[in-house]
Amino acid sequence: MLRFVAHRILLMIPTLLGVAVLVFFMLRLMPGDPVATMLLGDAGGANISKEILDAERARLGLDRPLYVQFFKWMGGILQGDFGVSMWTGQPVAYEIAIRLELSLQVAIMATILAVLLALPLGTLSAIFKDSWIDQSIRVFSIAGLAVPSFWLGMIVILLLLSYFSWIPPLTFTSLADDPWENLSQLIWPAMAVGYRYSAVSTRMMRSSILEVLQEDYIRTARAKGVMERLVVARHAMRNALLPVVTVIGLEFAFLIGGLVVTEQVFNLNGIGRLFVQAVARSDFTMIQSLVLLVSVFFVLINFVIDLLYAFLDPRIRYR
Amino acid sequence: MNTAAITITYKVPARRHPVLLFMTQQPLGAAGLVVIVLMGVCAAFAQWVSPYDPLTVDYGGMLAPPAAGHWLGTDSFGRDVLSRIIYGARTALAIGFIASFLGCTAGAVIGVASAYFGGKIDLFIQGVMDVLLSFPIIVLAITVVAVLGNFVVLGIDVNLIIAISVPMLPRVERVVRASALAIRELPYIDAARAAGYSHTRIIFRHIVPNVTAPYLILLTAFVAQAILAEASLSFLGLGVTEPTPSWGLMLSGAAADFYQQAPWMIVYPGIAISLGVFAFNLFGDSLRDWLDPKIKL
Repeated sequence: MLRFVAHRILLMIPTLLGVAVLVFFMLRLMPGDPVATMLLGDAGGANISKEILDAERARLGLDRPLYVQFFKWMGGILQGDFGVSMWTGQPVAYEIAIRLELSLQVAIMATILAVLLALPLGTLSAIFKDSWIDQSIRVFSIAGLAVPSFWLGMIVILLLLSYFSWIPPLTFTSLADDPWENLSQLIWPAMAVGYRYSAVSTRMMRSSILEVLQEDYIRTARAKGVMERLVVARHAMRNALLPVVTVIGLEFAFLIGGLVVTEQVFNLNGIGRLFVQAVARSDFTMIQSLVLLVSVFFVLINFVIDLLYAFLDPRIRYR
Repeated sequence: MNTAAITITYKVPARRHPVLLFMTQQPLGAAGLVVIVLMGVCAAFAQWVSPYDPLTVDYGGMLAPPAAGHWLGTDSFGRDVLSRIIYGARTALAIGFIASFLGCTAGAVIGVASAYFGGKIDLFIQGVMDVLLSFPIIVLAITVVAVLGNFVVLGIDVNLIIAISVPMLPRVERVVRASALAIRELPYIDAARAAGYSHTRIIFRHIVPNVTAPYLILLTAFVAQAILAEASLSFLGLGVTEPTPSWGLMLSGAAADFYQQAPWMIVYPGIAISLGVFAFNLFGDSLRDWLDPKIKL
């Protein structure tokens, strides 16, 4: 087990290094020049002399050879320093930290909603395969894959606006400060993304249960007279959970960086919003660290999923 | 001796066209296909189908509610929403099909090559694909858009298409590689090798025909993904640019300012996106059940 963990962690290093290299050099190919975007964008034109632009580039270290910039970035990260945003001048880690709570909370709330919906719906759909229950659940979940979550968000806002004159709040209230206010803010975006999320998980749960119900041990359980309810609850559901856990984990990892559009709709200042802003401003240090961070998160979640497998299914042994 | 004529009649089962067979065996998929064809017809003949020109600005008739003249109302520039949705279908389908075709074909080629050659080449390709897989789809697409900028040829943004198809690569590659790996071990591949055929011939004549099922399934599934991606990117202002009609673009900007005055600006384009994606998902799902139920997407 310990060897497996060590091996997997070692395997993450080349992948993440690949991400870092790819993002770093792709950004340097970008047509936008962060210094020009920053200075000329406000001054509106060529009022700024080349000297000032060069001085700014030198201050940000953009005049040095690419490999020097790259190793400086990597060296900083190894010491826990992600650099300074080229736009705001604040440390990247700080900018991310103040937004992480919000993104993480929406992702967790959406996950809870999705699991609460997907496990019972997927199981029902599988047990009553081809009945009207199954058909309606399937249509519900295929629709969930089709409806864009940002549009669903807009529709939710439209309804809330029409019936309760609710508008998306301008500032974020932390869960610690005012739990009620916080939840009433974030429940709507969580629902908007949770629908798609639950649809993906419901479909996986259904096909997984259907597969497990074919197994020999289910026939054995039925043959020895176990109640059908218990066959499903104890024997089928537990074993069917494995692939569902994978889907839930991957979707969760996706939500951390992938809430981009929904955050825009609900006026939430989260990680996704930060990313779009950084791209619009050619904020190199912010983009590269953000992408790397999201990838680290993604790879780590994958690793946790693998470990969970062993926990959920004792037959799986890692060597 | 009486010779009684014995006639035997037997029926040769009528050979039915595969499309007909699909339609009868997969009614839901057939429904999806009908919607897709309808959308395609609207997109292809948009000039004749749509009641107005999608770009004509009419400041006298701004934010008009749905009525006889404008079935789905007008937007904040007085442009007819229905016409913009019909022309938007053109954008969505063109980008959806081209992006999906590009992404799936490139992914399939890489997958087959990776499986066929194996060894170090396989290891290297898998490494690169792992790197691409560890980006969330939308983050990767946005990064590619940011790096490439806009490059419009014949009214279609080539770089947007590339940005949408890049995230498909690793996902298609994995499925196709798995199928190709299984085929590589079959005796007829050994036979072809023993006969001295070239790598290209073996790949294109012996392996590629056997991975067409997963390829077709992925192709339809990713058209839906591409339509969603185009809508999301356009919504963020990183995709199709004004005044080209695009469903995602119709939802961005002004639409959000007129939630209460003009809800039709928000409701109908979203229905168009959902319906389009729904149809492709339905069709793709049925196609999978019909061709190869074991493939997991």
